[in-house]
Amino acid sequence: MNKEAEDTARKKPQTGARPMISIRGLYKRFGENRVLNGFEMDLFQGENLVVMGKSGSGKSVMIKCLVGLMKPDEGRIEVMGKDIATLNQEDLDELRADIGFLFQGSALYDSMTVRENLEFPMRRHRKKLNLEGDTMPLVLEALENVGLAHAIDLMPEELSGGMKRRVALARTLILRPKIILYDEPTSGLDPITAKEIIQLMRSIQQKYGTSSLIITHDVDCARVISERMILLVDGINYAEGTYEELVRSSDPKVEAFFKK
Amino acid sequence: MGKGLRQFLMEIGELALFAARFFREAFKRPLEFREFLRQCYQMGNRSLVLVGVTGFIIGLVLTLQSRPTLIEFGAVSWMPDMVGISIVRELGPVITALVCAGRIASGIGAELGSMRVTEQIDAMEVSGTNPFKYLVVTRIWATTLMLPLLVVIGDAIALYGSALVEYFKGDVSFQLYFNQVFDALEYGDLIPATIKSFFFGFAIGLVGCFKGYNSKKGTAGVGFAANTAVVFTSMLLFVIDFVAVIISDIFYDL
Repeated sequence: MNKEAEDTARKKPQTGARPMISIRGLYKRFGENRVLNGFEMDLFQGENLVVMGKSGSGKSVMIKCLVGLMKPDEGRIEVMGKDIATLNQEDLDELRADIGFLFQGSALYDSMTVRENLEFPMRRHRKKLNLEGDTMPLVLEALENVGLAHAIDLMPEELSGGMKRRVALARTLILRPKIILYDEPTSGLDPITAKEIIQLMRSIQQKYGTSSLIITHDVDCARVISERMILLVDGINYAEGTYEELVRSSDPKVEAFFKK
Repeated sequence: MGKGLRQFLMEIGELALFAARFFREAFKRPLEFREFLRQCYQMGNRSLVLVGVTGFIIGLVLTLQSRPTLIEFGAVSWMPDMVGISIVRELGPVITALVCAGRIASGIGAELGSMRVTEQIDAMEVSGTNPFKYLVVTRIWATTLMLPLLVVIGDAIALYGSALVEYFKGDVSFQLYFNQVFDALEYGDLIPATIKSFFFGFAIGLVGCFKGYNSKKGTAGVGFAANTAVVFTSMLLFVIDFVAVIISDIFYDL
């Protein structure tokens, strides 16, 4: 990606605007292990926010609390103005249609073909997509977005790691979400494939104007994609700023992330 | 109270809650009929050979082993009655259920367990699909409805195996053998056996799904889920059988 495009993408969050996601005072512990200790965060419209932290620092726990896969011990999570703790199952499912989630291990349904994997989320949200007949055009469009239209009839076991991640990204896009959550999008991939995935993430964000929350410990991924970063240390948002601001920080805990 | 006992009781409680959730969701829409049919095919059709072979051997062996004793007491002509009643009342349902516990409960435990650890169940949930309904309810319905069918087929093949022994060793024709079997059988033999087969099927699906759906601790947890699904189901089958026999005794005065 050229410097100009990178600078354009690194726009500042819209201060004063209502955040797409707002987290306040999030606490979660597993037995004696306090994972989240009052974490706070806002994600704004069209923004790419990266949350970085060491393995086991609670990044994945935080993102799972965000979509209701885990219940926090304390704290308030609002997604598009809705407090997810107060939603009933049906409303939560409706809200989830607006949130795409790319899982760390792709999480493709291994008993289904690529096409069936993409059709699966549409079963419950046909109304939202104004879908009355064939789902094929939507499936093809999503696969074309990730350059894998030719893999439509393959089974997940026939795909490489990078292809799986791209199919998972296509499945994430199929419901046209307003927010996409990426859980370690480049982990387990070789550097070239990781770069391709990052470029795809950016092109999707530009095409659909989605807000993205990216959980990663990959500094290169954070550098390329982030407009704003939060460092999650000891269960709190320890430091916050642009990549350049954090790289210049003299705080030893922040420095530790960026040391080569 | 010992830690092991407390853990066991907690697991029984969790299993009961899991069963309650099944009953809450079992009749709600969407009914996921396609997935239910797929599971019926997977569990019913693909268990047929195993159930058939096991049933055939049981019928054959039971007849061969009982012959000398019945001959000694001059009661070999009662062979079809004895084999028919023991297979229909007890051996057919229990052995078919145990074979299916090994094949189906472990299969469900491993499949759902691996879906859990690879986050496929989470992926279903965040896409707005109810994974419990799609994965658990369909499987429990399928095992509950397929097991009685498998039992009927297993019984028939077991009786055929027994008839084969009598044909070659006792010069008894197939028609005479089966006439005698059906003369000996009463509703009191058929109805409780059929009803308990539904419960066996329910137990197989329930425990397999419970273990797999709640699987933890990565890939090791998948093996553990499959293994404990078989052990727990087998134990539960004997408990159900015991209760079924007591109830049958009250109603049919066995």
